[in-house]
Amino acid sequence: MTDTTTDLVRLSATETAGVIARGEASAADVAKAHLDRIGAVDGAVHAFLHVDAEGALAAAREVDDKRARGEEQGPLAGVPLALKDVMAQRGVPTTCGSKMLEGWRPPYDSTVVTRLRAAGVVILGKTNMDEFAMGSSTEHSAYGATHNPWDLDRIPGGSGGGSAAAVAAYEAPLAIGTDTGGSIRQPAAVTGTVGVKPTYGGVSRYGLVAFSSSLDQAGPCSRTVLDAALLHEAIGGHDPRDSTSIDAPLPPVVAAAREGAQGRLDGVRVGVVRELSGEGYQPGVEQRFHEAVDLLRELGATVTEVSCPHFQYALSAYYLIAPSECSSNLARFDAMRYGLRVGDDGEHSAEEVMALTRAAGFGPEVKRRIMLGTYALSSGYYDAYYGSAQKVRTLISRDFAQAYEQVDVLVSPTTPTTAFPLGSKLEDPIAMYLNDLCTIPSNLAGGAAMSLPCGLSPDDGLPVGLQIMAPAMADDRLYRVGAAVETALADRWGGNLLTQAPELQEKA
Amino acid sequence: MKTVEPDLVPYDEAVAAYDVVMGIEVHVELSTASKMFCGCSTAFGAEPNTQTCPTCLGLPGSLPVLNQQAVESAIRIGLALGCDVAEWCRFARKNYFYPDMPKNFQTSQYDEPICFDGATTVEVEGREFVIPIERAHMEEDTGKSLHVGGATGRIHGADHSLVDYNRAGIPLIEIVTKPIEGTGALAPQVARAYVAHLRDLLRSLGVSDVRMEQGSLRADLNVSLRRAPEAPFGTRSETKNVNSLRSVERAVRYEISRHAGIIDAGMKVTQETRHWHEDTGITTAGRSKEQAEDYRYFPEPDLVPVAPERAWVEQLKAALPEPPAVRRPRLQAGWGFSDLEMRDVLNVGALDLIEQTVAAGTAPAAARKWWLTELARRANEQGVELDALPVTPAHVATVQSLVDAGELNDKLARQVFEGVLAGEGTPEQVVEKRGLKLVSDDGALTAAVEEALAANPDVVAKVRGGKHQAAGALVGAVMKATKGQADAARVRELLLERIGVDH
Amino acid sequence: MSSITRDEVAHLARLARLQLPEDELEHYAGQLDAILHAVARVTEVAGEDVPPTSHPLPLVNVTRPDETHRSLTAEEALSGAPAAEDSRFRVPRILGEEA
Ligand SMILES: [Zn+2]
Repeated sequence: MTDTTTDLVRLSATETAGVIARGEASAADVAKAHLDRIGAVDGAVHAFLHVDAEGALAAAREVDDKRARGEEQGPLAGVPLALKDVMAQRGVPTTCGSKMLEGWRPPYDSTVVTRLRAAGVVILGKTNMDEFAMGSSTEHSAYGATHNPWDLDRIPGGSGGGSAAAVAAYEAPLAIGTDTGGSIRQPAAVTGTVGVKPTYGGVSRYGLVAFSSSLDQAGPCSRTVLDAALLHEAIGGHDPRDSTSIDAPLPPVVAAAREGAQGRLDGVRVGVVRELSGEGYQPGVEQRFHEAVDLLRELGATVTEVSCPHFQYALSAYYLIAPSECSSNLARFDAMRYGLRVGDDGEHSAEEVMALTRAAGFGPEVKRRIMLGTYALSSGYYDAYYGSAQKVRTLISRDFAQAYEQVDVLVSPTTPTTAFPLGSKLEDPIAMYLNDLCTIPSNLAGGAAMSLPCGLSPDDGLPVGLQIMAPAMADDRLYRVGAAVETALADRWGGNLLTQAPELQEKA
Repeated sequence: MKTVEPDLVPYDEAVAAYDVVMGIEVHVELSTASKMFCGCSTAFGAEPNTQTCPTCLGLPGSLPVLNQQAVESAIRIGLALGCDVAEWCRFARKNYFYPDMPKNFQTSQYDEPICFDGATTVEVEGREFVIPIERAHMEEDTGKSLHVGGATGRIHGADHSLVDYNRAGIPLIEIVTKPIEGTGALAPQVARAYVAHLRDLLRSLGVSDVRMEQGSLRADLNVSLRRAPEAPFGTRSETKNVNSLRSVERAVRYEISRHAGIIDAGMKVTQETRHWHEDTGITTAGRSKEQAEDYRYFPEPDLVPVAPERAWVEQLKAALPEPPAVRRPRLQAGWGFSDLEMRDVLNVGALDLIEQTVAAGTAPAAARKWWLTELARRANEQGVELDALPVTPAHVATVQSLVDAGELNDKLARQVFEGVLAGEGTPEQVVEKRGLKLVSDDGALTAAVEEALAANPDVVAKVRGGKHQAAGALVGAVMKATKGQADAARVRELLLERIGVDH
Repeated sequence: MSSITRDEVAHLARLARLQLPEDELEHYAGQLDAILHAVARVTEVAGEDVPPTSHPLPLVNVTRPDETHRSLTAEEALSGAPAAEDSRFRVPRILGEEA
C-alpha cells in the first residue's frame, strides 16, 4: 500500500471532502483507497458483512463527473461511508446480522440512504451488528463477531460494533449507526470514536429495520465531532414517510461544532448526573470522566451535580419496552413474503413453517427478547410490566426536564467499563445489559446524546467515552460542548485519540 | 373434530321461548383513493400484487403514515351515527400471525376508538328500533388468499395457498353496536334493516362503495338467547363476514333456531365464530373463543395520536347530509307516494335508486314502477340486492324517456332491461343491437295492416257493422306480424282508417 | 411477581411462533425468570398518578393527503419471496382460521 493511500484513509471526512473538492485526489481514488484498506484489515476486524465495491466506485465516479462539470456539491461529496446493515439499501443485501434475512435485497432505499446519495456520500458497504440490533458486543451477529481495533480479542461494542470498528480501523471516515439503547454511543466509547444519537424524530426511521420503534434512532459515527455534525446534517430533517419525524428545521449542528472548536464554554451550564457513577463503574473510567469534567470547568463551563432519581429504573423499563416492541416488530419475519423459509416440504403447514423458520432463523438473544416482550404484553401481565415500564418512562422524562431547568447539558461516562473480552458476558444476559446503563435514559426520553473519547483508562489502556446529553431538539449543544472538549484534548494529546491505537496488521 | 348438534327449533317456537340479544359488527371499506397507511391504490380488481409497496407488504424498515381522508370519513361516519368524537386517540397493534397479514399485526384502534357512544334508529314493520352504537374505529384490511388443491377452493384440504396483498392496508371502519335488545321475533329483520340502514347512510356520506358482494361492507353477527329479558346474557356465537342483506336476515334466523335447539337439549352454546353458507343457508363452527389468541394489544409506536380539532369536527358535523329520518318523509311527499308504496320502496332498498332516477328526469311513479316490479323481480331471481344489478338509474331514465317518446312500449322496455342485464351494453346499445324500435312509421305499418285486413274479411265486416272492439283481433294480428314492435295505438288508428270508420 | 415456568415459556413460544426443543424451553425459562426478576422493580415506582408514555415526543395529527403513489411492480413485490406462483406469494397450506 502506498503512502498516499495510507494518508487518504487517515483523513477526517471534512479533510477528505476538501481533498476531493480541490482536485488533489478523485473520489474514485478515495473510494479505492478505502476498499483497499478494507481488503487489508477487515479479515481481522470483520466490520463489514458486505462490501459493495462496484456501487461505491460508481457513486464516486458520479461525484468526480459532477466536479468535472463544475456542479456545486455538498460538504461530504465523495466521502466514503459504512452503512449499518439495518438500513435498507435498494438492491444491496440487508441482513440485520440475521440468518433470517440472508440474501434479502430490499426493493427500496431508506430515507437515510436517499439523503446520503443526494449528498454525494459514497456507501462502501454494510457493517456488522448484533442480530436485529439486540446486543452490546456484536457477538450476537449471525455472521460472527466484530473485533475491536484497539484489541482484537475484545468487543467493539454493540449493536453497531461494525460501524464503530470500521471508523476506528480507518476503513471509512464515516458510518451510520442506529441507537435504541446505546448502540451508537457504547461502540463509539469502546472504540475511541465519536457517535451521536440524535433527538428521536430528528433522523427519519423510514427504511431502518425496526427493533423498538419508539426508541430507535439513526445517527452518525465518525472520528471527529465536526464530521459527525456534517453527517448529522446530511441525513437529518423532516421526512413525511416517518410519522414520528419532527417537522421543524434541524438544530444548527455544524455551526455549533465549529463554534465549539473555538475552545471556550463560558456560560455553558453542565450537570453531572449523580446516579450515573459509583458501584459497578470501572475506576479507570471514572478517573477519565472526572478529568473531563475538570476540563469542562477549565474551558469556562459551570459544572454542578444534578440528581435524576428515576434513572435507576431506566434499565428495567428499557428491557420491558424494547422487547415488547421487538416482539411485534419482528413478527413479520415469518417465511411467507421474504427471507428464510424452513420446512416447506409439502407436509408442514404455514403455521409450522413459520415456527420452524423463526426457530432456525433467529439467534438466542433475539428469541429471548421476543419471548420477554410477548410475556410483558400478554393479558394479565401488561399492566405490571409494559404498563409500569411506560410510567417509568414518564418519570425519567420528568427527571430530564427538571435537570434541564438548571443546566444546558448533562454528562456521564458513556459506559461503566471499557471494552471487555469477547465471550466474557455471552452467557450472562443481565451483565451484558448493564453496558447500557448510562445510555438508555436518553432513548427513553427521546433526547439527544453524544459519546466522544475522553482518554484511555489507566487500568487497561482502552478508550473511555464521555457522554453528553441534551434536551430534544437541542442537538447543537452536544456539538458545541463536544467540539470544545475534543479540541482541548487533541491539544493535550497532540492529536486524535485514535492516533494512540495500535497499528493493525495489514494483509498484503 | 365433529360434534353432533341437536335439531333446530322452528323459528316461531324459538322466539316464543327465548329473548334474543344481538350485537352487530360491520366492516366497511372506505372508498379513499389510497390505502390507510400508504399511497397504494385501492381500486378493485387489479392484477395480483400490483398495488403494494414496502409499507403494505410489511417489508422490513417500512413505516405507516395515516391517510387524512380516512380520518375524515371515520369522523363523518361517527357523527352520522350520533357518536362522540374522541379528543385524543391512538392506534394499537393487534398481534397475531396469519399469512395474509403482512406485518403479523393489524394496525387498529383498540381501547381508544375515534368515535364512540352513538345511536341510530331503524324501522321494521312500522316499529322503530333504536340501535345503540358502541364505537366506530379505524383499521386496515388484510390480503387475500387463494387456496389451491382442495376440492372446493376452501381452506380445508388445500395443498397450498397463494396470497395477493392488493387488499392489505385498505382502510376499514369497524362499526360495533352495543347489545341490541327487545327486538323479539323481529330480530332477523332488525338486523337486516340496520345493515341496510348503514349501507344507505354510508352511501349518502359518499365514504364507501358499500358493495356487499365485493366485500366492501360485511357484517359479523353476534347472537345469543336467554330465557327472559331480565336474565343475564346467554353465550353468544359470532357469524363472520356475512355479505348480503338477505344473508344477514337468514343467518340471524338460523342462529336463533340453532341456539334454541342446543339450549332445549340441555346443552351449552359454545362461544365461537361461525361461518355462514349462502348455498345451504346454515352456519358451521369456526374457531372456538376458548382457544382465543392473546392479541397483546399495545399503542402503535409508528403512528402518533390523532387529536381532531373541535372546530373541524363541528364543521364536518354541520356539513353532514340530511339524515334518513328527515329525508324519507321529504322524498315521499315530493314523489306523492302512499305510505304503503314508500314501505315497499324501502323494503327493496330502492330509495336511492329512485331518487337518482327521478333526478335523471323520470317521473317518480315510472321510476318506482321499474325498480319495484321488473327490476326487483330480476334481482330476486338472481339473489342479489337491487343496486347490485348492472342496471343503473341513468339506464332506467333512458328507457323511460324512450317509452315517453313512443319509441318503446313496456314490453320492449322489458326486453331492453333484459339486454342490459345480460351484459349487452347500455339501453341505447341494446335497442340498436336487438333492433327494438317501435314500428310507428306508417309506410312500414301499412303493409302489415293491409295484410291483416285481407286475411280477416269477417272481422273487417264486424267492425264496419259497428263492433269496434272486434278491431282488437286485427291489432293483434299486426302486432304479431311486426314482432310486437309496432305502436299498438297507431296500428288501431290505421286499421280503423282503412276500414273507414271513425275512431 | 411470580416466577416463570417451563410451561409458560412453551406458551410464549407458541404465541411468538417459535418451535423450540424441550431443552431450550428449560434454558429460556431460567434466563427469562432471572431477567423478569431484575426488571420487575419498575412496579416499585409506577404509581396510579403517573401517566404512561407511549411516544417519546408529543406529536399529534400526522397524516398524508389521500393521494396514490407508484406501487411496486408484481416482480419487485415478489422479488424476495421464498416461493411465488401466478404473481402471488406461494405459502404452505394454512391450517388455522383468520382472527
Ligand atoms: Zn402500499
